[in-house]
Order: sequence, then C-alpha cells, then structure tokens
Amino acid sequence: MSQNEVDRSKRRFLIAATTAVGGVAAAGVAVPFLASWLPSQRAKAAGAPVEVDISKIEPGMIVNVGWRGKPVWVVNRTKEMMDLLVKHDGKLSDPKCEVPQQPEYCKNAARSRKEHANILVAVGICTHLGCSPSEKLKAGAEGGMGDDWHGGFFCPCHGSRFDLSGRVFAGSPAPINLEIPPYKYLSDSRILVGDDSKGA
Amino acid sequence: MNSLTNLLGWVDARFPLTKLWKEHLSEYYAPKNFNFWYFFGSLALLVLVIQIVSGIFLTMHYKPDAALAFYSVEYIMRDVPWGWLIRYIHSTGASMFFVVVYLHMFRGLMYGSYRKPRELIWIFGMCIYLALMAEAFMGYLLPWGQMSYWGAQVIVNLFSAVPFVGADLSLWIRGDYVISDATLNRFFAFHVAAIPLVLVGLVVAHIIALHEVGSNNPDGVEIKKNKDPVTHIPLDGIPFHPYYTVKDIVGVVVFLMVFSAIVFFAPDLGGYFIEDNNFFPADPLKTPPHIAPVWYFTPFYAVLRAVPPMFGSQFPGVIAMGVAVMIICFLPWLDRSPVKSIRYRGPIYKTALALFVVSFLGLGWLGMLPVTPLYTVLSQILTTVYLGFFLLMPWYTKIDKCKPEPERVTG
Repeated sequence: MSQNEVDRSKRRFLIAATTAVGGVAAAGVAVPFLASWLPSQRAKAAGAPVEVDISKIEPGMIVNVGWRGKPVWVVNRTKEMMDLLVKHDGKLSDPKCEVPQQPEYCKNAARSRKEHANILVAVGICTHLGCSPSEKLKAGAEGGMGDDWHGGFFCPCHGSRFDLSGRVFAGSPAPINLEIPPYKYLSDSRILVGDDSKGA
Repeated sequence: MNSLTNLLGWVDARFPLTKLWKEHLSEYYAPKNFNFWYFFGSLALLVLVIQIVSGIFLTMHYKPDAALAFYSVEYIMRDVPWGWLIRYIHSTGASMFFVVVYLHMFRGLMYGSYRKPRELIWIFGMCIYLALMAEAFMGYLLPWGQMSYWGAQVIVNLFSAVPFVGADLSLWIRGDYVISDATLNRFFAFHVAAIPLVLVGLVVAHIIALHEVGSNNPDGVEIKKNKDPVTHIPLDGIPFHPYYTVKDIVGVVVFLMVFSAIVFFAPDLGGYFIEDNNFFPADPLKTPPHIAPVWYFTPFYAVLRAVPPMFGSQFPGVIAMGVAVMIICFLPWLDRSPVKSIRYRGPIYKTALALFVVSFLGLGWLGMLPVTPLYTVLSQILTTVYLGFFLLMPWYTKIDKCKPEPERVTG
C-alpha cells in the first residue's frame, strides 16, 4: 500500500469506535441530569402520614386534609347516604372495586374499614387528569346534579362523576375509581392517613 | 464618510456583513404581489422580540419559589416602577403571539405555502409552534395562581395516561407527587432559558430555509421561473428592503396600536388573556369550579375532552389531541392538488377549508365551556371534521376541479 492511499476499513473502524465510545459517554453523562428530575429527598420526606380527628366531623360533612400535598377527604356519611350506596351498582364502571385503587380492607361497597364503615377516606384527585372534584354530597335535585343523584363528587374539569364511595359512574372521562389511601384507626376518634401497619 | 466606508471594508474582510445584508434584505427578491396576510411573519418576529425583552426585565423581580412566586408577581404589579406595564406587555404578548402565528399559519393554508419546495419551512414553522406552546404552558405556571396550578396539573397528568410508564413519567416531570416548588423551578428554567434558545434557533432555521427557496405568494406560482435574462433577478420580484420593510412598518404600527389598546384598557381581555381565577394564589387542595386553558389551547383541549375513555384508559383522548396538533406537520404530503393557491382551487377545497376554520373556532369555543352532554357531542362532531380535513385531503384535493395557474403573478 502506498503512502497516499487511504485505508478505508481502518477509517470506518475508527469512526465506528469513536461514535460508540462517544455515545456511551454521552448516555452516561445524561443519567445524572435526567435523574436530577426525580423527587428529591426532601420531597420524599414530606410524604409522611398525617393524623385526623374524626370526632369533630358532623354526620353528612366532609373535611379536607393534605397528605403528600394531595387533598384527602374524610367524609362522615349518614345512614341515608350509606343506604343509597348500594342502589346504583348498575350505573358504575367498577361497582365491585376490582381495580386495585384501595387497600384490600376497603374492597367493599362503602370502601372503608369495617370498624367505622360510614367514614370514607379518599384521595380527592380525579383519576382522569388530576383535578380535585367538587363535593356534591346532597342527594336529589338541589345540588344541581339531577333528580336521580345519590350524592357524591363531580369533577369540574371534565365532568367525571363519583358516588359517595368515590366509585366512578360509567360514561365519565375518569377511567377508574378514586384512590383510597392506606389508613388506620389510632383510636375511636383518630385516623392516621398514609400508614396502615399493624402494632405500635 | 470615507472612514465609515473603510470601516465597513475592514469588517467585510473579516465578517460577511454586507453579504448578509444583501442576501437577506437589499437583494432578497420577494414576489411583488404580497397582500394583507403577509404581515404576520414579520409581526411574529416583532412579538418574539417584545417577549424576550419584557421577559428579561420580569425575571429581575420575579421569584421562582412556590412560597414567593404569587406575591412577587403582585409586587411587580404594585411596587416595581412601571412593573405593571412590563408584566401586561408580556402577558398580552403571549396571547398576541398566538394570534399572529395562527393567522400566519392560515395564510400558509390558503396559499399552499407548505407545498414543494417549502416543506422544510413548514416543518421548522411547526417546530416553532410546538416550542411556543411549551413556552406558553410553562410560563403560565409561573404566576402560581389557581389556573396556573390546576392547568399544569391537568397537562402534566396527560403524561400519566401513557400505558405502563405513565405514573412514573409524570412523577419525573413534576419532581414531586403533585405540582410543587420543584415543578415551578424547572418550568422557570425551561421558560426563561432552554425553550427561548431553541425558539430563536428554529426561527433562524425557518428564515434561512425561506430565503434559500424564496417566498411563496397569493398566486402560488414560482417567481424564480421567470428571471431577467441579464440580471437573473425574478421579473416578479422586488427587493425586500426597502419595499417590504416599509410595508411591514405600516403593519407594525397598526399592530402596536391594537397591542397598546389591550395593554392599557383591557389587559386581561375579559378573562381571555388572563383568566380571573389566576388572581387567587395556587391552592393544591382546591380545584376552581371551572378550569379551562387559555384560549390558544382550547381547540386541542376540546379534542381531548371529546374522546371518551376506552379500555379503562384515557390514553385515546391524549392520542387524539396529539394527533390533532401533529397532523398539521404532514400537510405538504397530504395535499395532492395541482395548484397551490386558494385562488385557483376548486369548490371542494374551498368548502373543506371553510369547514376546517369552523371546526377550529368551534372547538376553541367549546374548549372554554364546562362539559355538558350536548357540548360533548358537538365537540365530537367538530373533532371529526377537523381530522377529516387532513385525513381526506389526499383524495379531495385530487378530484377537485382547479383552474389553471397563471404563468406570472397577477398583482
């Protein structure tokens, strides 16, 4: 081979090798930058459980507490509200709560713990696009939701409707029921939201 | 004078200043028959400059911190000398940017400006439009009002509809379990640094591509086909400077009159440019009773709401919205008409374009309203019309009865 001829296969090899090594290096450097977008340690620490005193919630009323920066509703449902819950299964997308949007102990029509079945604890974030639905707790026409309304929640953003257990009505944009967070009773009147571990 | 000429010569020997001036202004030959619709390209450039300058001055007083952001905007409005003016220029500029860009795009639709050989100009233009949407969306979070907050919540949650990785993806974008300080900070970085850089780069590419192939015109005929045999200047071309610089100044003056009228007399334009709920600080525990995006996003928002969930997922609606935006990029290949301009198109295309305008405006109107069963059905009809305009284009443009294009521009 004379001095002036180009060794093409060697050139190809060098281009491929440089591209490969450079590509790996670029991908490696991208990792810390992309990972820096994940929740920080501080954001993770802010997700601690919160305590709620339910003795102050009158029957038929709702309180809104913050957990992990999300609204969590605690509703003290009346006897009438509880009775209506089982009367519209046919209109719901998932009346039996098959989609795991709740802890196992809340997989029932009331979607609550047995010791206080009337107390609903739910994450007030629509499963459609994350708005917080408005409370339309009163049954009947006075809430503006029509005569056959059994009480529940209405998402103002895209019109999803949920019953008083946070189960979504069929035909809503929201695909699944509202999320029930893990929670437990510390006493008869105190709930811990975000933690359902047994013992201490 | 002589020393100035010498200075220019010195610069030209080191940087192609005179060459650039000639190529892009004094010897860039544009068709002589530009009309009203040709104002909006240069106006878009003007608004870009207005936004960059007013934006830079706003960052001097604004605090990208969830605890301080809302009040720093109020501080700009009340305490910073002329701060209210700078902020209202910036907020009005955001909406006016979309006004001129939509009119600029509609001009392209009417006169076939996206057709060969201007496909890349169109693609660059669409990239500018997408960057502009990202810029506007992220900028809208910064005042940290109720609409800022919940609008961002809805849009970021669109990503959580992506199958399998959705929840992690939206968590990664937000940097927290909900829209929070982390989200505000990164949106600020994108809004003031990353996207403006991309935007300026794309605008340069858009103009370089335009000046390479030359401007289209209301007749849709190529002026480069008829050149003076001696000078090789297009017979129907006139130098951009001084002819169109002077013409555009008239447009600028009228535009700035409208712009100032909005800034001084109706800066929120009845809730269309700044939504009423954004005068309340963001409250993560309470969604406003009715949220709608700012007007320039509402057509696509209506498409999103028109598609019902399928298979327990809202992903189809998100896809439909994405398609409604991205399908515009494919116009150069969807249009099979033998002519470019609406002036020589047949009745089918004219009807189709009219229907498209109705569907776009109709969707824009529906996207601002609360959901009712009637409006949902209307949105579904208009979404079908909107998509039909693009998807059926390869057929109806082929069978349309077009008139013959003239050899030269008609003035």
